[in-house]
Amino acid sequence: MAKIIVVTSGKGGVGKTTSSAAIGTGLALAGHKTVIVDFDIGLRNLDLIMGCERRVVYDFVNVINGEANLKQTLIKDKRTENLFILPASQTRDKDALTREGVEKVLNELAKDFDFIICDSPAGIESGAMMALYFADEAVVVTNPEVSSVRDSDRILGMLSSKSRRAEQGLEGIKEHLLLTRYNPERVEKGEMLSVEDVKEILAIELVGVIPESQAVLNASNSGQPVILDKDSDAGQAYLDTIKRLLGEQVPFRFLNVEKKGFMKRIFGG
Amino acid sequence: MSLLDYFRSSKKNTASTAKERLQIIVAHERKRRNGPDYLPQLERDILEVIRKYVDIPADQIAVSLEQRGDQISVLELNVTFPDDKR
Repeated sequence: MAKIIVVTSGKGGVGKTTSSAAIGTGLALAGHKTVIVDFDIGLRNLDLIMGCERRVVYDFVNVINGEANLKQTLIKDKRTENLFILPASQTRDKDALTREGVEKVLNELAKDFDFIICDSPAGIESGAMMALYFADEAVVVTNPEVSSVRDSDRILGMLSSKSRRAEQGLEGIKEHLLLTRYNPERVEKGEMLSVEDVKEILAIELVGVIPESQAVLNASNSGQPVILDKDSDAGQAYLDTIKRLLGEQVPFRFLNVEKKGFMKRIFGG
Repeated sequence: MSLLDYFRSSKKNTASTAKERLQIIVAHERKRRNGPDYLPQLERDILEVIRKYVDIPADQIAVSLEQRGDQISVLELNVTFPDDKR
């Protein structure tokens, strides 16, 4: 049985696609056959982050409409075994995704894959609702910033009321908090919400903390999921996150400021 | 933070302000979310009625519906009157 995980946030620009790419790649690296599905119809971007933008022939909506089959449409990742991408359509038709259509495609994917990662668009419109509807688990990507935390709480409300599991009275979606763009220095100065603050407000289990990192932009520039940059802080933090998603207990890293030397303490820098 | 920064800074801690604001708005919105759709309109209507008699600001009224057990829901109405109008 495939596990469906939605990567969602409400707010835009917090790192949903970066996280979807990293999580999908990480699960595949751990030996699980994984597909990442881009639900951001009209604003396809997962292909760019995964570095397969020139290999897109058919898309999600083509499959729903029966214009192409899954085998023709899925893009096999060239770097990572067991990893596939289902690109979003560029159509401007907001209603291109129907619940029946999405269900059909997910059911077909579920026969073949261990994990289906749904990369949600921002907002609470139909695309975002479609991405979370069939989920078994949710990774709620949040920045330590007021509007992002508030929107995450909004999305948590949707997860518990507007999903298939909620409507059918099944066990609720398992919710995970993924805190991204975390800057321990600013937290220490009292300029940024801390991990504990965000955990207290949202009251869900923490699955990972990704530090604000130059590696993320470098990764997207080159179309390479940041989790493959194993020397980087962000890459390592995502690797830890994958282990926790798979049920391992891993201590959190990158939460504290690196100790500075004596001169720096006096004169700053 | 360097030692010089320490003496320079007298600003207040913005992260704790953020946390307080979030706690309030999130609690407020969760209450809304769990209540029935007519609650905001009911709140506005009650406010209008009270305002016919006493001039109170809009944020001085709170209406909530609480579920107590399976059978009973309690509609709770909290109105804060200004001191001089009592």
